[in-house]
Amino acid sequence: MATLTPTAGQAISPDNSKKRRRPRGRSSVWRWVVLIVAGVYFIVPLYAALRFAGLSGFKDVFTTPGFGSSLWLSIRLAAVTWIVSMLLMIPTTVYVHLRMPGLRRLLEGVTILPIVIPPVVLIIGVLQVMPLALRASVWLLALEYVVLAMPFAYRALDAGLRAIDVKTLTEAAGSLGAGWLSTMWRVILPNMRTAVISATILIVALVLGEFTMASLDLKQTFPVWIVLFDQENAQISVAASIFALFVTWVFLMLITVIATRQSRRTGGGEVTLFTVAPQQTIGN
Amino acid sequence: MADMTDVVTTPGSDTDPGVRRFPSLRTAPKPVRSLARYAGIIPFVAYMAVFLLVPVVAIVVGAFQNPQTSAFTWSNVNTAVHGSYLHGFEQSLILSLIASVIPGVFGLLIAYAIYTARGRGAASLRRVVITAFGVFANFGGVPLAFLFIASLGSSALVTGWLSDLGLNIYNLGFSLYDLSGVALVYMYFQIPLMVLIILPALEGLRPAWREAAENMGARSWQYWRYVGGPVLLPSFMSCLMVLFGSALAAYATAEALTTGTIPLTSIQIGTFLNGNVLAGQENVGKALSLGMVVIIAILMVFYILFQRRAAKWLR
Amino acid sequence: MSALVAAAQKEGQLNVITLPSNWANYGNIMKGFTAKYGIKINDANPEGSSQDELNAVKQLKGQSSAPDVVDVGGSFAVTGKQAGDWAPYQVATWSSIPAAAKDPDGNYYADYGGYVAIGYDPSKVKVAPTSFKSLLTGSYKNQVAIDGNPTQTGSAFAAVYAAALANGGSLADIAPGVTYFKDLKAAGNFVPVEGTPATVQSGQTPILIWWDYLLNSEVKPVVKNLKIVIPSDGVYAGYYYQAISASAPDPAAARLWEEYLYSTEGQNLFLAGSTRPITLSAMVTAGTVNKSAYDALPVVPGSSSTLQLPTEAQQTTAGNVVAQQWPSVSG
Repeated sequence: MATLTPTAGQAISPDNSKKRRRPRGRSSVWRWVVLIVAGVYFIVPLYAALRFAGLSGFKDVFTTPGFGSSLWLSIRLAAVTWIVSMLLMIPTTVYVHLRMPGLRRLLEGVTILPIVIPPVVLIIGVLQVMPLALRASVWLLALEYVVLAMPFAYRALDAGLRAIDVKTLTEAAGSLGAGWLSTMWRVILPNMRTAVISATILIVALVLGEFTMASLDLKQTFPVWIVLFDQENAQISVAASIFALFVTWVFLMLITVIATRQSRRTGGGEVTLFTVAPQQTIGN
Repeated sequence: MADMTDVVTTPGSDTDPGVRRFPSLRTAPKPVRSLARYAGIIPFVAYMAVFLLVPVVAIVVGAFQNPQTSAFTWSNVNTAVHGSYLHGFEQSLILSLIASVIPGVFGLLIAYAIYTARGRGAASLRRVVITAFGVFANFGGVPLAFLFIASLGSSALVTGWLSDLGLNIYNLGFSLYDLSGVALVYMYFQIPLMVLIILPALEGLRPAWREAAENMGARSWQYWRYVGGPVLLPSFMSCLMVLFGSALAAYATAEALTTGTIPLTSIQIGTFLNGNVLAGQENVGKALSLGMVVIIAILMVFYILFQRRAAKWLR
Repeated sequence: MSALVAAAQKEGQLNVITLPSNWANYGNIMKGFTAKYGIKINDANPEGSSQDELNAVKQLKGQSSAPDVVDVGGSFAVTGKQAGDWAPYQVATWSSIPAAAKDPDGNYYADYGGYVAIGYDPSKVKVAPTSFKSLLTGSYKNQVAIDGNPTQTGSAFAAVYAAALANGGSLADIAPGVTYFKDLKAAGNFVPVEGTPATVQSGQTPILIWWDYLLNSEVKPVVKNLKIVIPSDGVYAGYYYQAISASAPDPAAARLWEEYLYSTEGQNLFLAGSTRPITLSAMVTAGTVNKSAYDALPVVPGSSSTLQLPTEAQQTTAGNVVAQQWPSVSG
């Protein structure tokens, strides 16, 4: 690795006034440029779609047939996905953190798989190997969504665990006589509240946005309904999808606000979805 | 990824809480002790095996089977690597390259911009951007395609604005429905994905390094060239692998924009599920899927190599 | 017949699939059936495609929600027959269905159809198109669309077939149809998104090549003054086909449904949806046709009293060609 050596002839100057004179303005310009370009790219299409949907789209969207039933189906799927995900991922991430820290890297690799294996490919295989009773049921989708959500759930839980000193907490609880179940329930989980909530919202975002597997499995979830309804009334369909985006985003915002407030009270840093930023941020 | 705790315990020793928790294990022979350690991840492994591994294996096996007789055959794979399917692989790889490198760089810039923001609005900025990106990373398909058709389609909002400024992009050869147009739309979920997965790596850039560099008189670009860049590069590359795979896997968005007029492997796979399949060719879709799985396996190897490199600096 | 009615009423329900209420007047047809026999109809996935119907028959086999009857495009009916999905049945009016429009063994039979037509919004399209060839000129930049991916959607497939007839091909040779769309794209006129009533309404695709009856029943309500013209150089009639699922959970209701569709009442209801019911010529001869609905049908250029439909073998070949060549239209 290259090491830093002062170039010949240049004195090392611990002169503080030199730092103050560094043109702060120039380095924040690039930040503004990047963020404005990003803002334009992400917001303009939303605006174009909103203009198309118009007020009429939003007025009628809640009373349209199929909106309620498909949304309810998606919500139920999200709930089941969440239950199974948490039951599966929380013990696993805690266990890996405590007992097998070396495996964390491998686990991260495994969690990339659902992002890169095409859902189209996955659903072909699933429909072929699963028994009929499972295929007919709507819950097969939930079980597969657990797989799709796994990368995001793992990252959120992992970040939460990194922020608290799990080892010390566990040992302290153990030395006070708690069994592992008690430790999990009364010590670890309450400290993972934020991470669990982040994972929850990410799961909800995923289920409300997943189209491919649901449509190929012939189940009418909310995203599937949006696409099908596009044939009948495009304005309502667009209004529905923007509504879903907005609601999920608001939820995520609420969560991070509440979580940051809680964490600040206990002396922690700011809370974001996958990271816990150190109180001291790096300079630009 | 940065690990906040620095406690190191040697597994199997008396200070390892694992052994203390199961006293009977202390007297058990060594192999049992080490195997029992894996017990905790069995549910996870089993679940992934059933719901992820088995379907993929079924496809790999099916790719080599004759659909009527289930006898071993190369014909599906043969069809899948010729003609429009080969063209499909080429186009998919090109599209994935464009739709991973560009959002990769841009995502890194955005992530760095929000991570290093200071001042009163900084926390809010981070919150708004990260939560919005958490939602956008899962957005796609027909609704996303519609967003862009409504803004950059041939008679759409932005096209109209640019036209009023005298710039008719369609006359200049731009088309939302070509490869570059599809790549542009892909960035709507690729950039958020990049930001979300590179942020933890940015945590690993210790502020102390920057201060040390500045104390030694290094200027910004020197810091990046000799310290920040090399440290970040492996994480960046591994994130690129994820983006590449994600672009390769995307189906609904491309289908909505092109209705099959550009050969893309994911659309062609979808056609075998969703379209009228000719007798005798049903398993070609599985052979195409096998092709994707092979490409992904190669990606994963690179991902793991890069992550291992990154771990050196981000402990 | 009365025994069939009794058995069907005992089953109490009928599962249909992908029947939108404003497609070929299916809304009223389903209402009429339920009113006449008191049998409830469950319509799954109303906006789905023919392939979705075939998938559902396979995937839901053995469940009470599996489809009883299907209404699919020609090539899909053929695929289903080859896979053994259909139960043969011949309705009472079997003889009035032209021979070219039914499987001799009774596996599938055409119910209604129409012609591939060009629908356009005159407020956005200044020069009226009359043929496929005319669409290649420069006045239609970024205006022309079909309703989806022809490897997946029967009506898009028919548009390609019609273009083939216009471009020097035939029912046996669909390749010139794909070439036509390649040329259309190269001219900058073709918009490769899925054309829907909404895209015509919003001006994204002011010209839509679709079935004449759907342009009438689905697009006209949202686009005032929509003009529908059957292209003079590519006259392609496409019919949809009925079939009864071999694993139908309600077999008697399924058969009663077919009898209803092919009765005078059912066929006239199809006619009211601007389609051409398959027994149209027999009804005209017998005088049982609904005159006003009949007169409202679009004019078909040239004389087409004989029904020109592709054979099973031609459908298979054409499907193969389109699957291979469609991805080269843009790329």
